[in-house]
Amino acid sequence: MSHHIVEARDLEFCYPDRTEALRQISFTIRHGESVAIVGANGAGKSTLLLHLNGYLTPSAGQVRIGDCLLTRDTLNEVRRTVGMVFQDPDDQLFMSTVFDDVAFGPLNLGLTPEEVKKRVEDALATVGVSELADRPPHRLSTGQKRRVAIASVLSMSPDILVMDEPTAGLDPRARRRLIELLASFTHTKIIATHDLDMVIDLCERTIVMHAGEIRADGPTDEIFANEALLHQCRLELPLRMQGCPVCSQGGAARRK
Amino acid sequence: MSSRIDKAFYDIGRLDTLAEADTPLHRLDPRAKLLTTLVFILCVVSFDKYEINRLLPFFLYPAVLIGLGDLPVGYLAKKLVLVSPFVLFIGIFNPWFDQETMLRVGPLAISGGWISFASLIIRFVLTVGAALLLIASTGFASICMAMERLGAPNIFAVQLLMLYRYLFVLIAESIRMTRAHSLRSFSSKGKIGYKVFMQILGNLLLRTIDRAQRIHMAMLSRAFTGEIRIARSFAFGYKEVLFFAGFSSLFIILRATDATALLGRLVLEFSR
Repeated sequence: MSHHIVEARDLEFCYPDRTEALRQISFTIRHGESVAIVGANGAGKSTLLLHLNGYLTPSAGQVRIGDCLLTRDTLNEVRRTVGMVFQDPDDQLFMSTVFDDVAFGPLNLGLTPEEVKKRVEDALATVGVSELADRPPHRLSTGQKRRVAIASVLSMSPDILVMDEPTAGLDPRARRRLIELLASFTHTKIIATHDLDMVIDLCERTIVMHAGEIRADGPTDEIFANEALLHQCRLELPLRMQGCPVCSQGGAARRK
Repeated sequence: MSSRIDKAFYDIGRLDTLAEADTPLHRLDPRAKLLTTLVFILCVVSFDKYEINRLLPFFLYPAVLIGLGDLPVGYLAKKLVLVSPFVLFIGIFNPWFDQETMLRVGPLAISGGWISFASLIIRFVLTVGAALLLIASTGFASICMAMERLGAPNIFAVQLLMLYRYLFVLIAESIRMTRAHSLRSFSSKGKIGYKVFMQILGNLLLRTIDRAQRIHMAMLSRAFTGEIRIARSFAFGYKEVLFFAGFSSLFIILRATDATALLGRLVLEFSR
């Protein structure tokens, strides 16, 4: 299925203040793949994500989603295919009730009211928050907001999910449940994150970015085995792969 | 300072919570409640400025709503008191300007000014009370959507909806900023000086613009084309018709006839 590939070729981007945010970015993500984009703050992760649905236009190079090249004419088609979940759910949930927010996308796609209603109900059921439909977003917890934000994208039935820091600001239980939820999706997933432990759980492939460039692109376990590379890119091993502090402390206590 | 903002924040939240309840009143279509409230307000404000007696039967409506909706009277009364200074200032000079005696109760002469003042207060309690009850039983968002459905311009409804949605984010943001300020200002007892206040305000504006940009981005990525569509299926059933028609005709009858006097005469007639 070449249908849902995401391809970036020689992507470059300069912000108006001349900050070079992306340099020579090239990769191909195939249908159903789950890919993590990791890197220190300011490495260019969010800027890259904003290119994938055409919010930013590259200074050079191109983005291809499925069969179509991302241009002004294909923008709507691309945005329907690529569902974008932003970091701050308060930015994403702008309507006054959960229902209306999740219905926003489908309504813009011009679906019939019955179809919109069905899509909203399905999306809310998928993320497990059907009972919140009539609530205003400002009265939800961060975990609930995040789920609703995901539902608001699912309701447009995208083929590709692009997420910026989906686990940021969640308590451990909510984080765990969100990871389980994301693992159950069959979409192509592109996730920018600092949560490397989530990457182990969700993504078989990892792209490491540093200073606007791709430093490494390969299977997650290989990338995380390369401690020198992570160190170079101002990253650390996932906590799970570091020495257990309790055991080592216990050892220290025993030695005393 | 910050604690006062905090309080206001939770207070607006309380009206929302009230609107989430599930009672016969809450279940009614918002359009029915909105239209009924409009008729109610129109009838109340259209009385003569010295009218008191004929206004009193109108208290039936808020009483019924409070009963049907299981709404807290004390809380709503406090809200009324909060906005009452505006009306008090409008009416407070009536007794000076209008000193002609209109009513004698024993030796006490009551001037027209006092009567119109009292009438004004009653009208205020009725109309603002009805609006508060409408919000408490329906929720701000549903009212906006009902307005749109009844033919108000889409952009107007959407502006109100967005305003309401981001009011909370804005308040939370300013709470965080004033809290950060008060934690690091030792001498001035937490009071914000003019210069600092301007900076906080400017900062808040910048943050708001940033957020607006991010919201626009989120809208664009969900196929936004310039018009915000609202899909709400409201059901205007027989209950709604009954509510609207029943109350509206009651209001119009109360407006057209002198029900208080009729009732009084009836009671006198029977007691004779």
